[in-house]
Amino acid sequence: MLRDIWLIFRRDATLLSRNPAWLAIGVMQPVLYLVLFGPLMERIVTSTPGFPPGSSWTILTPALIIQLALFSATTAGFSLLADLRNGVVERLRVTPASRVALLLGKVLTNGLTTVAQAIIITTLAFLVFDLSAPLGGILLTLLIVGMLSVTLASASYAVALTLRNEEAFPALVNSVMMPVLLLSGILVPITTGLAPDWLYAISRVNPFTHIVDAGRAGFRGDFSVDAMLTGSIVLVVLMSLCVYWGARTFRRENA
Amino acid sequence: MIKARGLQRRFTSRGRTVEAVKGVDIDVTEGELVGFLGPNGAGKTTTLRMLTTLLTPTAGEARVAGCDLRADPVGVRRRIGYVAQGGGTGPECKVAEEIELQGRLYGLGKADAIARGKELTEQLDLSGLDQRLTKTLSGGQRRRLDIALGLIHSPKLVFFDEPTTGLDPQSRANLWEHIRTLRSEQGVTLFLTTHYLEEADTLCDRILVIDGGEIVAEGTPDALKARVSGDGVVLGVDEDVTTRAAEIVGRADGAHDLVTTPGEVRFRVPRGDTALPALLRAFDAEGLTMQSMQVQRPTLDDVFLTLTGRSLRDSDGGDTDTADGTAANGTAADDNDGNDSDRNEETTRVA
Ligand SMILES: Nc1ncnc2c1ncn2[C@@H]1O[C@H](COP(=O)(O)OP(=O)(O)OP(=O)(O)O)[C@@H](O)[C@H]1O
Ligand SMILES: [Mg+2]
Repeated sequence: MLRDIWLIFRRDATLLSRNPAWLAIGVMQPVLYLVLFGPLMERIVTSTPGFPPGSSWTILTPALIIQLALFSATTAGFSLLADLRNGVVERLRVTPASRVALLLGKVLTNGLTTVAQAIIITTLAFLVFDLSAPLGGILLTLLIVGMLSVTLASASYAVALTLRNEEAFPALVNSVMMPVLLLSGILVPITTGLAPDWLYAISRVNPFTHIVDAGRAGFRGDFSVDAMLTGSIVLVVLMSLCVYWGARTFRRENA
Repeated sequence: MIKARGLQRRFTSRGRTVEAVKGVDIDVTEGELVGFLGPNGAGKTTTLRMLTTLLTPTAGEARVAGCDLRADPVGVRRRIGYVAQGGGTGPECKVAEEIELQGRLYGLGKADAIARGKELTEQLDLSGLDQRLTKTLSGGQRRRLDIALGLIHSPKLVFFDEPTTGLDPQSRANLWEHIRTLRSEQGVTLFLTTHYLEEADTLCDRILVIDGGEIVAEGTPDALKARVSGDGVVLGVDEDVTTRAAEIVGRADGAHDLVTTPGEVRFRVPRGDTALPALLRAFDAEGLTMQSMQVQRPTLDDVFLTLTGRSLRDSDGGDTDTADGTAANGTAADDNDGNDSDRNEETTRVA
């Protein structure tokens, strides 16, 4: 099982490294946000009441890497649709390799890719911009980002396998992710001080809000139960559910 | 090796139900080379996907390579090789990577997987392509890579779904040779689908003919052909004795569909090769001489046509299966005409 996971991981990682352009494009967008949107944030944060504590860079950087995880992991299903079309999925499924390993090997690649990209972005924010954050907190946030990526990639694979349609898949992913993204307060935190009550209420129901909050707390170096607990629980539960969902879909007969 | 009973598969998509396979029984013993012949959409791939654990049958059961399909799918997977109709290589992967991955997923160690891969690439004429991305291979090279992947773990039972589609005649002949060697030297049992009549005919010990999800006939190529139409025989005689010659032929055992034109007697008989010596003697006894004789073995297409009323050849697009005919190329046009009218007679007779 571990061996199979490793083999599939290695295959996907090799494929990724063969097309580093994709990794670069993934990093590009957050970098643009840092360069073109970050300075704007700097002013707004200092002159607007209601923002969570910390400088604009400690608010923005963790949000950007979480956003990166959301984008890249949810579209992971695309590569699976291509593999289905090429017959690669059937070829792997007819080997004795464990079905769960076929999934885990893939999501592990997604998780580690996102973490690698996140490290690049954080380093950049650290070197070029005014980010100051404790190492421990950054590591914790990177872990959160990795887990989130595993979660969403599993879900993405499950949806892709169920839908099996290369046109419907991106449409569905977009229409689900857009409101989720806006409601998680990625760019501007949805706090009681900034948002109307109804918007705040909805955002609290969105599990990703709590994960974004936890990610930000990590960058602030705030490891208090208050800041971390909800996000961690939400993430662990969500990850278990999504990996289970993905594994079940992979095990199902004509996946 | 394979024992399937009442294997059935129904697809439901958007409210429409397709009975792709309607309950087939399949028996294949160890060391056999069995062909699964049928037109497009007959249910060949669906049957194969069920037998290889990729698709759960709607009904029915099967034992494959000694393991129960439903109870022990992993056991089945371990023991079989499968080459899908559409192949299964990642376009951005290197040949060597795919081979090693495949071997290792079947439990081979790294060194073993590489060594076995090298052996197979040499046998299948793929040497020197190791570092190429599979998308840069030609269609035929990719097909042979698919086959190498299916054989990497030296399985005792191999399923090939249209293995030679897209190969040039040379590669096809090579692959046939390879398949024969697999069987004769390693005792591998092979189950392959095809809609090339020639392939089924020259390669397989036994053929299952499937049409519309049902097995409509089964037997050795010769038995199938003898059963339905018999051989076509054309005798050339002097024009003035045509009628007498036809009388002699009419008395021969099993001769039917007798057609005479001045100087020529055409008829069908279950076994042309055994009927002719007797006819020669009968001609001698009557003091007649034969100017020429020609026996045309029936093709599997004749068989298929008789069984289903449709020609397999139509769906092939090209005349890919004429190798069996003993007719010389020069007379092909004439002979085809003759065959066609024979076929039409037969279909009406059977129907
Ligand atoms: N996943 C599926 N969903 C719906 N219908 C399907 C599916 N797979 C196959 N079918 C239908 O089942 C029937 C049998 O298909 P199958 O692929 O087994 O034919 P085949 O004999 O392999 O044909 P070919 O020579 O074209 O490969 C066809 O009518 C096909 O449309
Ligand atoms: Mg098919």
